[in-house]
Amino acid sequence: MKQTATQVPARKPSAEEMKLIKKFLSDNTLFLGPDPEIMQNHDLMPRTALEEESINKVSDAHTIAKIRDRLQSGCDEGYEMVEQMGAAPGAKWGDVITGVYSASGDLAIASAGGVLIFSALVHHPIKFIIKNWMKDPTVGVREGDGFIHNDSRYGNVHNTDQSMILPIFHDGKLVCWVASTVHEGENGAIEPGGMPSMAESPCDEGLKMSPFKVVENYEIKRDILTFLQNSVREPKLQYEDMKVKLFACLRIKQRIEETLNSDGPEALVSTLRLTMENVRAEVKRRISEWPDMTVRTYIIQDSTLRENCVVKVNCKLTKTGDRLIFDFRGSAPEFTNRPTNTIVAGLKGMLAQVFLCYVWPDLPRGQAAFAPIEVITDPHSIVNCSYAAPNSQSLMSIFTGFTAGQHAVAKFLYSCPEKYTKVHAPTFNMINTFIWGGVSQHGETLGNLCADLNGMGAGATVDRDGEHALAPIFATMADIGEQELNEEDVPFLQLVSKKMTRDAIAPGKYRGGQGYTMIVATKDSEQWGFMTTCQGAKIPPLQGLFGGYACGAYPLSKVKGVDVYDILLNEPAKFRHSIEEIMNDQPFEGASYTTYHMGMGFEISKRGELFMISQGAGAGYGDLLERDPAGVVRDIEEGLISPAVAERLYKVQFDPQTLAINQEATAAAREAERKARKARGVPFSEFIKQWNKPTPPAHLQYFGCWGDDVGKLYMGSADQSHHADQPRPNYMRHPKDVRIEELEARLAALGALEDEKK
Amino acid sequence: MKVLMTEYLRINLDTENWECRVCDHVVGSASKGYKEGMLVYNRDPREIHPPIIDPDKYRFTFSPDPEWVRILEYYCPSCGTMVETEYAIPGHPPLLDMEPDLPALKAQWAQRDEVKETVVGPAVLPDQGHNH
Repeated sequence: MKQTATQVPARKPSAEEMKLIKKFLSDNTLFLGPDPEIMQNHDLMPRTALEEESINKVSDAHTIAKIRDRLQSGCDEGYEMVEQMGAAPGAKWGDVITGVYSASGDLAIASAGGVLIFSALVHHPIKFIIKNWMKDPTVGVREGDGFIHNDSRYGNVHNTDQSMILPIFHDGKLVCWVASTVHEGENGAIEPGGMPSMAESPCDEGLKMSPFKVVENYEIKRDILTFLQNSVREPKLQYEDMKVKLFACLRIKQRIEETLNSDGPEALVSTLRLTMENVRAEVKRRISEWPDMTVRTYIIQDSTLRENCVVKVNCKLTKTGDRLIFDFRGSAPEFTNRPTNTIVAGLKGMLAQVFLCYVWPDLPRGQAAFAPIEVITDPHSIVNCSYAAPNSQSLMSIFTGFTAGQHAVAKFLYSCPEKYTKVHAPTFNMINTFIWGGVSQHGETLGNLCADLNGMGAGATVDRDGEHALAPIFATMADIGEQELNEEDVPFLQLVSKKMTRDAIAPGKYRGGQGYTMIVATKDSEQWGFMTTCQGAKIPPLQGLFGGYACGAYPLSKVKGVDVYDILLNEPAKFRHSIEEIMNDQPFEGASYTTYHMGMGFEISKRGELFMISQGAGAGYGDLLERDPAGVVRDIEEGLISPAVAERLYKVQFDPQTLAINQEATAAAREAERKARKARGVPFSEFIKQWNKPTPPAHLQYFGCWGDDVGKLYMGSADQSHHADQPRPNYMRHPKDVRIEELEARLAALGALEDEKK
Repeated sequence: MKVLMTEYLRINLDTENWECRVCDHVVGSASKGYKEGMLVYNRDPREIHPPIIDPDKYRFTFSPDPEWVRILEYYCPSCGTMVETEYAIPGHPPLLDMEPDLPALKAQWAQRDEVKETVVGPAVLPDQGHNH
């Protein structure tokens, strides 16, 4: 039988049918994954009827300011509670935050201290709860409920951070939300400490908590708690910090209720809304004061934490009128089986920190300051990864994205007559610290990290040197903690701690703040190990500013085959107090001395073996020949730079014994260097003829665009690429397979594999 | 009127040129990148970030790898001031890092007085406390 297909024109469904289709799809959604509508949007929700009504009733600036201050104090009080009572090391050193969110889920006010990016992302899970659980008869949102969340794909930096989220009701009506977030550390991933660099898929990253109810009637549900404890290495930490976050939220709730009782719900709702709208409007005004311009920069990640390669984070920042647009197109494609990808919300949250911590710290801390700023990325890129890509080491991409933003913004700010902070070279951006785990001297199973990640060197500013080991870029008011307190809980010592690493410098007219050395050795456990998760052992992860230099590179050094505690007991004179001396002098006979990039997967350590790293320096500002010679000599005296390096770089002439400066000789040496520059420098047009190459170098595994062609993304070599809007899987081979292949090739070349069966 | 754009560069809005703030040298048209008027030097990063541990013994030394990254140094051709640095992958075209919109810049500064000295920004002062 012959059949003829007859084309039937599509009929547009009626409004009633569309409603039915929508209801059908909604009722039959098989999985409520991260919602792109929520996850791609960082702007404020539209003003609601309740907000409109409240603003009509209460909009007096003094009342709003009074209530905002009370809410701010409430958030700060909650922050203090978490910091004082939290069990996670991160909590003790300020890697926490609290905030108050509007009924629609926008962050209106965050605590003055802590990690802003945490709370700047919690609006995503709150909006997920509003959209999906509020009307779901099996879940619902009621007074006394609390929700927990950690899965970054629903709105979080990485899965090691956990949030507690409480709805606040007044007379049965939802008026706002409060939340508290802590960098908890341990989360049951394939490596201890919550940030596995060995993760090759999201399934390796430990707990995957989409937002769900874990508190009813202000009580933690014990059955769910037990499940969570059973899924991580630190069950007591899981319980304690859930309680701490819950009680911090309840304290903020108490302060909100005091406001509700004294001023009424309209005043609260109006304060939250107007705070956000006013900040948003002020940000637009401030941006309009910048010069209309496009600034380009890029930051290079030099590893995936598993292998060294070149991963570009490309940034074009354009300001037009009152619009500011970050364009990250051309950045590397996402890695299918490496965890250094980030969701785009993480990148945006970190860029928000550029503004609220370094450009406009006077503005109320909340979501609104970044709300009007636009961000463009390629899909499936390292700064906007897909659901299927691992992202437990997203810090690598959000921090380098932050630095690209910080570097670009500085070039806009210089000409602005109205400034809120000083123009600032990039601050160091890697978490150079030890992540640790195992069984402690007390028999406890632990997994967490040293707070030294908070000791990043600050970038220099327009009129002064960067401060040493000042603060992490994600929390300008965090602490680096007391190592001695930490050592009560963990079975290792930092044998050298907080000592500046000499010659690990970022020179300039004003030099970057320097980083310090950390030398650790396990002592009282046979089941203990370390990992490090940083880039920058081959390529600095910064750029300098206005002629200043970036930092250098930072490797991991190990000394094995030694028990340094025996050395300290029996031959203490052999011990050295710097990486430089230990590695160059090799004072322990029979030991092995080796260096690595800073992506060390979790490694069990033996008693007395040394693991040695350094925190990094912030970038320098301005031409180093303009540096005050007295500042150079001060750096020598403080052990930041060796005399020979100081003399060679800064061209300062001084007496080697007394360090007395010869000003005339210095001026002459500097003038000679300026002449030397003119002699060796090549005119730009000539230079690019020699320098520019049409494709990435053959000897580098390169990812991202080359030059300005952001449409073509390289995937490891000059002959592998894809178009930016047509992403392809980007698998990396196991580094050990690569190494085995190299060694087998050498064996084959020597004829040693001829008899091997294939 | 002249607008101070960086530590070492300004734009002369009347002539529409980049100028060196140290020696007043006219670098080139502000409709192009200032780098086009600079001398460039391809610096081995080990010269600025010296190896702290022995490069003959170790693969990683605290120095950036010169086969992976170079420092492009941009000098004013008149006074030799190092106006900018750029940590670049070998062979990667130099960035057009600052591309101002000149008509917009002129319109913006038509409403402002000329600023001749660097505006440093607010100093961080000790908290005075709350008192009446």
